[in-house]
Amino acid sequence: MPDLFPLNLTVNGQARRCSVEPRTHLVDFLRDDVGLKGSHLGCEHGVCGACTVELNGQIVRGCLTLAVQADGGEVNTIEGLSQSGAIRDLQQAFVARNALQCGFCTSGMLMAAKELVETQPHATRAEVRDWISGNYCRCTGYHAIVDAICDVLRQRQEAAR
Amino acid sequence: MKAAAFDYVKAGSIEQVIDLLGRHGDDARVLAGGQTLMATLNMRLSEPALVIDITGLAALRGIELRGEVLRIGALATHTQIEQSPLVARHAPLLTEAAPHIAHRAIRNSGTWGGSIAYADPAAEWPACLLALGGTVVVQGPAGERRIAGDDFFTGLYATALRPEEIIVAGEIPVATPDGWSGMSQLARRHGDYAIVGLAASARRQGRALLSVRLAFMGVATTPWRARQTEAVLDGQAPDEATLARAVAALREEIDPLPDLTNTPDTKRHLAGVLLQRLLASART
Repeated sequence: MPDLFPLNLTVNGQARRCSVEPRTHLVDFLRDDVGLKGSHLGCEHGVCGACTVELNGQIVRGCLTLAVQADGGEVNTIEGLSQSGAIRDLQQAFVARNALQCGFCTSGMLMAAKELVETQPHATRAEVRDWISGNYCRCTGYHAIVDAICDVLRQRQEAAR
Repeated sequence: MKAAAFDYVKAGSIEQVIDLLGRHGDDARVLAGGQTLMATLNMRLSEPALVIDITGLAALRGIELRGEVLRIGALATHTQIEQSPLVARHAPLLTEAAPHIAHRAIRNSGTWGGSIAYADPAAEWPACLLALGGTVVVQGPAGERRIAGDDFFTGLYATALRPEEIIVAGEIPVATPDGWSGMSQLARRHGDYAIVGLAASARRQGRALLSVRLAFMGVATTPWRARQTEAVLDGQAPDEATLARAVAALREEIDPLPDLTNTPDTKRHLAGVLLQRLLASART
């Protein structure tokens, strides 16, 4: 049995000291060791996007990142973003547009949408579709999700005027 | 699925990586962005005894101009390349290609060096390296050596990299004022691997194109240069008659491998479509 590795990181603003097996990926660590069940595991090989979390300010595939690689880093999950209010407008737009049914993809979808509205505030509808092509949704058919993200892009542009 | 257990070392120097590769051989795997390796670990297609994490090595980072070449460190992520003003100015083909690589969350982690080392014949960076006449810089027990991109890809997921070597950087000759480059690909969905893709470069002299390089993705066991078609185009203006001859030459020369959904004939046809489209955009 390989040794456990010490892991010091910040999760949703809270410093944590833990130890993990090297093979543990970031989302198993978040779900099982930290108890944050908002990040989901779908395919576990980087295709579906349900595991999307923020590491050091950028979205990553949580299933394709080892927990030990987050050592010294800062992780944000849907729980942290929900609590801080950083994506309240996205969450409200998802509700208003019925952009979720079963909800399994929603946390990953919101993480991806957050980076889009923050880094590409003038994204077109086509660019939104391209961006979220890395997140699978098997319920909605995507239109409602694209509608919701476009609503928020518009709202934030108006607010910035 | 979950990865099998392995030991883990976060390397502190390139020498340490080379030493570990020497001692553990094929039982060790190098972890950079992990966007391929982690998937194969999770699916247990790969069960190394040791994973050597190189992401802490500052010497492998960064994008810089060194004389006549743009040197891109092995650990530069796809997103860093996509957003780099230096790349946009000196290797615009890479700026154009980057958004086609998978999806943002993957581009934030996946690396330039990792993509070249993995040598997927359908991937963007290996084809761009060929199209731009780039060089791979590797380091091993005997020190550093440079391998021309044209000599680097030797077979399906196989490269000229020796077992104890790692890629430290890739070098791209900087774009010249008379240079032209472009890329075009066909995929079922944005971010998917291309069914067929084409990265190309040339020099312009008046209306004519010189030193044409055509690197195709997704048609062979390696990224593949259509050298006979390049010769047909060389010194010619890419007008309709020339492009018709070039497309005919390409469909003669190319011998595409099928994938799960596309036959060789489909790919042969699509390769011609891409050539026609891309070279038409090179007209002055």
